[in-house]
Amino acid sequence: MADSHTKDAFVEFDRVQKSYDGENLVVKDLNLSLPKGEFLTMLGPSGSGKTTCLMMLAGFETATHGDIRLDGQPINNIPPHKRGIGMVFQNYALFPHMTVAENLSFPLEVRKIPKTEREAKVKQVLELVQMGEFGGRRPAQLSGGQQQRIALARALVFEAELVLMDEPLGALDKQLRETMQFEIKRIADDLGITVVYVTHDQTEALTMSDRVAVFEDGRIQQLAPPDELYESPQNSFVAQFIGENNTLEGTVKEIKNGIALVQLDGGGLIDCKPVNVTKAGERTRVSIRPERVEFNKDRLSAEAHTLKAEVLEFIYMGDIFRTRLRVAGKDDFIIKSRNAPDQVRLEPGSQVEIGWMAEDCRALDA
Amino acid sequence: MLTTVGGKPLKEALAHAQSRAKRRAFLLVLPLLAFIVVSFIFPIGQMLYKSVSNTGFTISKDFGTGVSTPIMTNLAEWFEENPQGTDPDETAYAALAADLLVLRELKAPGQAGTRINYELSGSRSMFTKAARKAKKLAPPFKESIIDLDEDWADPSLWQAMRTASSAVTVNFYLAALDRKRADDGSVEMVPENRQVYVTLFKRTLILSLMITVICFFLAFPIAHLMATLPMRKSNLLMILVLLPFWTSLLVRTTSWMIVLQSQGVLNDAMVATGILADENRIQMMYNQTGTVIAMTHILLPFMVLPLYSVMSMINPSYVRAARSMGATSWTAFRRIYFPQTVPGIGAGALLVFILSVGYYITPALVGGADGQLISNLIAFHMTKSLNWSLAAALAAILLGAVLLLYWLYDRLIGIDNLKLG
Ligand SMILES: Nc1ncnc2c1ncn2[C@@H]1O[C@H](COP(=O)(O)OP(=O)(O)OP(=O)(O)O)[C@@H](O)[C@H]1O
Ligand SMILES: [Mg+2]
Repeated sequence: MADSHTKDAFVEFDRVQKSYDGENLVVKDLNLSLPKGEFLTMLGPSGSGKTTCLMMLAGFETATHGDIRLDGQPINNIPPHKRGIGMVFQNYALFPHMTVAENLSFPLEVRKIPKTEREAKVKQVLELVQMGEFGGRRPAQLSGGQQQRIALARALVFEAELVLMDEPLGALDKQLRETMQFEIKRIADDLGITVVYVTHDQTEALTMSDRVAVFEDGRIQQLAPPDELYESPQNSFVAQFIGENNTLEGTVKEIKNGIALVQLDGGGLIDCKPVNVTKAGERTRVSIRPERVEFNKDRLSAEAHTLKAEVLEFIYMGDIFRTRLRVAGKDDFIIKSRNAPDQVRLEPGSQVEIGWMAEDCRALDA
Repeated sequence: MLTTVGGKPLKEALAHAQSRAKRRAFLLVLPLLAFIVVSFIFPIGQMLYKSVSNTGFTISKDFGTGVSTPIMTNLAEWFEENPQGTDPDETAYAALAADLLVLRELKAPGQAGTRINYELSGSRSMFTKAARKAKKLAPPFKESIIDLDEDWADPSLWQAMRTASSAVTVNFYLAALDRKRADDGSVEMVPENRQVYVTLFKRTLILSLMITVICFFLAFPIAHLMATLPMRKSNLLMILVLLPFWTSLLVRTTSWMIVLQSQGVLNDAMVATGILADENRIQMMYNQTGTVIAMTHILLPFMVLPLYSVMSMINPSYVRAARSMGATSWTAFRRIYFPQTVPGIGAGALLVFILSVGYYITPALVGGADGQLISNLIAFHMTKSLNWSLAAALAAILLGAVLLLYWLYDRLIGIDNLKLG
């Protein structure tokens, strides 16, 4: 977990707990620190406490226990309007009775910035989000994507160093979402701001972030850069939650030379990388990414263990093929293979042998 | 011109396609429409008509047979031939005598006298008395009639008869505004000691405004609390707010009387605790204070409900956004929250104001003499003095004032911004 009291930490959660009703902890012992300029995403299922964390940081909820520090200063007792944190809400929260330009100049007005300077800044930030001509419109006269840009602009216009975004793209369609992901990332990098971003879209988390914190049940399950998160999940929750994943259950037979031999419940022996298992006899859940499964005999090393599988279904998806097989008694085992000229298309009903590199198959907690 | 694929004009095709739906819609509203016409539009029309037309001096209707007979025809003829300002001569008195005879036969001197009495009080008995002796009247009619009662020579009486001889008149509107026709037919104010209506209109508007403002200040915080509290608690509050609706208006008003009168609970309590000396009991009932207190209580829900409905639609993230941008909670309230509640304030204020302008029962019970509103006077003319035309004129002026207000509201805030619930 994050080491507390780090010198260069810009935002720091130190053993933070939160309860709304005095009976259930919504956030349990949260430790997190991020340096200036980082883009950190909180990813997790609904109700896992992401918004609550953001609200505590912004000052709309108080932590029941623990400290939150911004630039080394504890902010538990600073009211929200003095924290200087920009915020983008899921529903954008653009003030309906003001025009776009008025919305953008509001944070400057309350900071008592002179009029000419205000106008210049509004113009500048409108350019930044490529909405130059829309200053005179009302929020209701904008499309969802345009509202999104304005909400972003409003969080940036007063030059907050920390910007919080709570599922800012949740209401947009897929294509627009991808454009905006790119846009937000570009602007964040250009301005060098620190961003805490909340989403439950894992693709979004993986493509945008410097680091991702996977939340479940009020706890951070893993905090890591996207590639590490995807390739080396620390536990079966993270493995399940991030990307597509095949799981097989079994018992560790032995661990030797950094490789665990696992006896599957449905029959068969496989080689795995021990992650959360330490000794023979432990129950485990092994996880293999669909694109790391190999069914071409020539490409598997001779001594590797393989499993027998029956092809159930073959789906053509354009760029990839998706094949569903029955493996070790489970019929939801997926293989993804690239659509290449020499790629084999498995026939439903045929029998194949499948295998993988031991380090791609991770033996996690049961 | 746009046409369909089949070549028909598009507009025609659309109208045809929609006509079935329109007929259906019309059938659906028909019962309500009929009900409103019978119970609302027709009576209002009647009332407006009554305010400009009174047949008391022109037509007598026998309710047994249903036959209507014109009366005072000779006099009407004389008024037509002789312009305003002509002194009544022998022919005029002869016409009067002939008409009095007709009145006697039709047993109608009372109704004709009542009509003149509206313009000139005390003149009803002159008609009944003269009609009784109509048979004995002989030329010269001028002397013999003036012999009966010398007031028959009064120019005001002749002016009143001239006005009443045509059914259509604006005199009731003049009366409703404390004005009357002078002897020469011009409009003048009634004597100061008889001016009541304008003062009452003013008082009605001022008290209604006061009630609206008090309702607003009481309702705004509670509506805000209801909109922000969790469901279970806000429902409880809602029940408390609606409680006045569940008890009968009379019971509520009576309880206010028990609480507020000078020997009432509140005064007793204050005297008992020594806040007030026994001889200084505060008069809170049977005056304007009583009217304002009781009506504010009764009308409060009409302010709370629209406010609540508007406030519960305001997403809390607006204020949060404002706060995160550096606004103090006061600025966030003033610049962000309050402007969004304006449609609810408008709706609530309009409702409360319109309701209180026409309120009757509460001021009648707790208002005393100086807490009466215009509607109490309308009721008085409807039920006691039976001057329906004046009541109608008063009501029509009230209606006009409310419509004017509505128009103003539409101008200033826009009626489509109204959020009633
Ligand atoms: N104001 C509140 N009062 C009581 N409980 C709350 C409140 N806000 C949130 N909770 C509870 O706290 C838990 C975490 O909520 P939170 O909003 O932080 O989840 P989230 O991770 O943001 O979920 P989502 O992805 O659905 O937005 C939930 O179980 C929720 O019911
Ligand atoms: Mg949330």
